[in-house]
Amino acid sequence: MYRAARATDASIGTTAIFSFCTDPGTLGDAAWMACYLTTGKHMALYWSVGTVLLLLAITAPVSLAFGFGGAAAARSSVAPLRWFGKTYIALVRGVPDIAYFLFFVIALDQAFEYVRHKVKCPDWDQPIRQGNDFVVCAAAKLPLGNAPQWMHETYGFFLAVLTFALVFGAFAANVLYGAMRAVPRAQMETAEAYGLTRRQCFWRILVPQMWVFALPGLSNLWMVLVKATPLLFLLGVEDIVYWARELGGAKTPRFTDYPHGDWRMWYFLALLVFYLFLTWVSERVLARVMARLTHGQATVAGEAARKAA
Amino acid sequence: MSCWETLADYGLRSLGYGERLLPRSDFTLCQQVVLIGSGMIWNIYFGVLALLSGFFLATAAAVGKASTNPVLQRLSNGFIFVFRGSPLFIQFFFAYFLFVALKGVSPVFDAFSAAWLGALIVLFLNTAAYSGEIFYGALQSVPKGDMEAADAYGLAGWARFRRITWPTMLRLAWPAYTNEAIFLFHATTLVYFSGFPALQQRGDALYYASYFADKTFNPFVPYPILAIYFILVTLGILALFGLVNRRLNRHLPQEQRARMKFRPNLLR
Repeated sequence: MYRAARATDASIGTTAIFSFCTDPGTLGDAAWMACYLTTGKHMALYWSVGTVLLLLAITAPVSLAFGFGGAAAARSSVAPLRWFGKTYIALVRGVPDIAYFLFFVIALDQAFEYVRHKVKCPDWDQPIRQGNDFVVCAAAKLPLGNAPQWMHETYGFFLAVLTFALVFGAFAANVLYGAMRAVPRAQMETAEAYGLTRRQCFWRILVPQMWVFALPGLSNLWMVLVKATPLLFLLGVEDIVYWARELGGAKTPRFTDYPHGDWRMWYFLALLVFYLFLTWVSERVLARVMARLTHGQATVAGEAARKAA
Repeated sequence: MSCWETLADYGLRSLGYGERLLPRSDFTLCQQVVLIGSGMIWNIYFGVLALLSGFFLATAAAVGKASTNPVLQRLSNGFIFVFRGSPLFIQFFFAYFLFVALKGVSPVFDAFSAAWLGALIVLFLNTAAYSGEIFYGALQSVPKGDMEAADAYGLAGWARFRRITWPTMLRLAWPAYTNEAIFLFHATTLVYFSGFPALQQRGDALYYASYFADKTFNPFVPYPILAIYFILVTLGILALFGLVNRRLNRHLPQEQRARMKFRPNLLR
């Protein structure tokens, strides 16, 4: 279990960026603030902002791929594949997603360890579930008990990304499934009339045309994904919420060069502004993408764009 | 210990009645079902009160956003953007620490840093913003003919709003508003994971579910129980809102009525 192995507090070096930061007690307000905001722990906070952006950058394409796979499977003519796709889409509806986040992390972790246990320790005779304990042999632990700290952190992040991708993949599958059905039937009939195979119809006619129908749903999903990133905190990753709580708490002169009162409110205000900014930028970009995608499409917006040109 | 005794001990545990100590070993299925169910009281409390109070602010925000007064419009726009544009999780954290800071200023704010009031306020504002956007969308799609008919009947101002615009807006918004209600109930699970302390382990359903998952290292029992509870709540909301939907659509011919459509619920 990576949670148990998490280090309590990484001791991060306190090398200062500015040369005048050697004795913070004597500084004026602006200089003190400049020094305060560039301490090692604040650098960790800025890195964790990078973690959030990295999570978005990895999760968005991966869950889009999962979603595409799910939607394609749900349309498949092979019955088991279709059932799988439909189940995947239906599974994530109706239940608070945060429950999935808490559930998947433990479940995935145990699934990996279980598989490794079966492969690596075939002659292990004790049961894996001993009452309330989940016991696998030492060689099957993930990451290995003697692995360095960064391995534990990376594994935790990996599990988080996989969980996000699974959950958002199901949402994306639902959106894409709807978008595929929204492509005008006449387009597909024309393709069939031209003698295209099922596969060709799918890749050459359906897929290029579905994006314009999928985009409103997908952009909504993107917004939701952006707003879901603070849940990383619940998955045990040292993310911005963790650091904001850590750094904002009241500090006494005994333990730090920069004593201050309880500033957590201001840290979370900064996070709030950060997310609002992210939303604002996304809204702008998605509006442009939509304008680009409607170009030349047989929809109302596409027709309006053609007339305007 | 029989299941009835467990129910008597833990049925109202989330409110602080009954047995104080949570089970620590030999967890039975009955204990998990009862305690998680006990936690659902809080989810329903938050959901119902936030929804009821949020409805009025949502209407105000929608009318403000649709109004021609630039001040009102900007105010409503800003309100909706702030609460829809940032994660509810961060809003909870910020509100909690804000209330804690205010507590130092005046004892009036003491109650606000407790979940029952502080989290309720956040949920109230949040759902008002989301529903406000839904209502605004509906307000924009009120049929022109309806308004012209109202003019022809000599209705204006408040009377026109009360008798024509508002009911039509509700009718158009209702399917989406139903989803928002379901979505809000799901969001109530965030409360005890976001700063607000569960005093004496009085938490909501997810709080107890994760307690059991942590203690037993087995997520396959408590989370499905939680899921079943939420599916029941979801079905309840669908039934209740379906009744209202029928009433709102009662003057329309069958095929024109707005269908209740269950959309996937996303987190906020």
